[in-house]
Amino acid sequence: MNDQLNAEGGLHHFLTVEGMPRELLERILGTAESFSGVIEKSVKKVPLLRGRTVINLFFEPSTRTRTTFELAAKRLSADVLNINLATSATSKGESLLDMLRNLEAMQCDMFVVRHADSGAAHFIARHVAPHVSVVNAGDGRHAHPTQAMLDMYTIRRHKGDFEPLRVAIVGDILHSRVARSQIHALNGLGAGEVRVIAPRTLLPKDVDSLGTHVYHDIRRGLKDVDVVITLRLQKERMQGALLPSEQEYYQLYGISQERMALARSDAIVMHPGPINRGVEIESAVADGPQSVILNQVTNGIAVRMAVMSMCLEGRATPVEENA
Amino acid sequence: MSRLTIRNARLIDPASEHDGISDLHIDSGRVLAVGPAPAGYSPEQELDASGLILMPGLVDLGACLREPGQEHKATIASEAAAAAAGGITSLCASPATDPITDTTAVVELITRRARQARQSRVIPLAALTRGLQGEQLAEMAAMKGAGCVAVSDGGRPVINTLVLRRAMEYASTQDLPILLTPVDPFLSDGSHMHEGWVSTRLGLAGIPVAAETAALARYLALVEETGARVHFCRLSSARGADMVRRARQEGLPVSADVALHQLFLTEMDVSGYDSNCNVLPPLRGHADREALRHAVADGVIQAICSDHRPHDPDAKQVPFVTAEPGISGLDTLLALTLRLVEERLLDLPTAIHRVTAGPAGILGLTAGRLQPGDPADLCLLAVDEPWRLDQQTMRSHGRNSPFMGWEFTGRVRMTLLEGRIIHQAPETVAPA
Repeated sequence: MNDQLNAEGGLHHFLTVEGMPRELLERILGTAESFSGVIEKSVKKVPLLRGRTVINLFFEPSTRTRTTFELAAKRLSADVLNINLATSATSKGESLLDMLRNLEAMQCDMFVVRHADSGAAHFIARHVAPHVSVVNAGDGRHAHPTQAMLDMYTIRRHKGDFEPLRVAIVGDILHSRVARSQIHALNGLGAGEVRVIAPRTLLPKDVDSLGTHVYHDIRRGLKDVDVVITLRLQKERMQGALLPSEQEYYQLYGISQERMALARSDAIVMHPGPINRGVEIESAVADGPQSVILNQVTNGIAVRMAVMSMCLEGRATPVEENA
Repeated sequence: MSRLTIRNARLIDPASEHDGISDLHIDSGRVLAVGPAPAGYSPEQELDASGLILMPGLVDLGACLREPGQEHKATIASEAAAAAAGGITSLCASPATDPITDTTAVVELITRRARQARQSRVIPLAALTRGLQGEQLAEMAAMKGAGCVAVSDGGRPVINTLVLRRAMEYASTQDLPILLTPVDPFLSDGSHMHEGWVSTRLGLAGIPVAAETAALARYLALVEETGARVHFCRLSSARGADMVRRARQEGLPVSADVALHQLFLTEMDVSGYDSNCNVLPPLRGHADREALRHAVADGVIQAICSDHRPHDPDAKQVPFVTAEPGISGLDTLLALTLRLVEERLLDLPTAIHRVTAGPAGILGLTAGRLQPGDPADLCLLAVDEPWRLDQQTMRSHGRNSPFMGWEFTGRVRMTLLEGRIIHQAPETVAPA
């Protein structure tokens, strides 16, 4: 599935972490590192994407992801258009392809796409004009590659090398695009061990084929890990007979201070947000010294700047053409 | 021309185990004799078919013709013509039309349209229950009177087991075979993909093999109870094929078919979210494909069908999840079946059997064979002629095929229905 790379092996689209060469993943992290300085300056802009147009195409509601993409694009000096399709357009009967054609006619350079259907970003990437890049901001249960990369960035900042790390992902892996992308990213970057911890109802079939060790018992799963990633538990999971109750889930899989004591003493706790306190994680852990949850949000901007600039780099900007 | 003789073809008729160079004599739309002409017979026309294979026209147990109700996808005329070009002379039309084929009026509409088209024969399958809702019995006897030869759940399983039992008993009373699709509606709800490592990678909800086997177990329990003659449509899994094998060994009156694409594609073909590989039942694992091939070879599966589901481009030019399921299969039914011979899974007569006498036998049709008295439904095949499936060569109105661009060997030169030419390739045999 590497229709996301250009002829030189650089990023053209960013649809999934799966199959991405390690060197490229490391380059995303390195580029993000160089942008983190920009974010901390008083003038938070670089002119890399001046004259470029980025369209945020969100078919599902999102606050955090959309705003960090918007900030990232603006800090690269791009023009940004937000289109919230959770409320308009395709609901008027316009087909997805027709809508893409119309937006392309506005001379945009990049679509940032969030969609409820797995594979939607691939579909859009296959149908856009060759000069347009597509960045997947979450498609169904499939992938959320920039979220995974900002998580990797956060892990690297706190832990350094991936090789010795044991990472546990806890919770609803079945429905999680974030978890799938994290698993590919961790394995792609050479993490020592990737564990998934959940009841069987929240694990996809053959999840070990993604390169994970499966644990159903959280005490065994958290033993000696360096990183604990908790996932959000959606309330609707109770209706599909996947779980009996939030209370029982918390009893069996909630991340508490007591359970964190099983992990290494310097372990960090992560969560892609938004948090359900008292369902998947205890407040004392979420707000405690091991939590890096807010760092994840900040790092999201630098990582998204890196991905957007890498997708559009090497192509002559309109400014250069005029010079 | 009511008297026609086809000379010098290699005549393969699996039903009579005939395979050899023979003349075939036709009179008034029926086969009069194979071999020497009967005394006093003089043909009005003769065809020299040297170098060609003469075989029964294909019988396809599963096709959606989209008419009535979805004529923007295809029509009876367009698909019957595509069938004729593919050597298919009998097409069983799914009752999942709009309105549902659950009254004599709809049955008569379909047969009338097919007659007007003057292409392949269309055999409507009658709905098992009214509106395929699974609640009340459809008027099976009336529809049988109007020309239906079997009743079918149209791919929409009857949820209420009591209704299903009664439908099976009532159909047996009318001496109608019952076509059921083994799929548990709850285990397959909303998904179009096999549950396995590929669905896990792609983040798609999966349909477990148990969706098929749980349904089969339920149907088999009712067959044991009622003795009804049941045919299972579109097997997709190794375990499903095993259950049918065991049931047949136990002497239960059951049979099964497979959609041809299941013998060539697997879950791997969905990897790039190709919506042309969005089918129901879903493409399964490699081991399932091999087991289905084995079951076709050893006769547990007696029929291969096209499971033809033509679509308009809009139905497929959407993300995989929202695409409508199905493959346009009429154009490739014979070509892919011949490929099973190339791949040495089947010998040529057995391959032909699975698309002619095999399916015809399941429905008790006097078709799919070429013995004296049978309708002269046949095709002439240039078995070595190469061709390629592309936008130009594809005849069905639905262009949704994952086999687009494939190279095939073996092409139909001429198709006859009841002695009348319904398809003739441009550079075909000249009348002698």
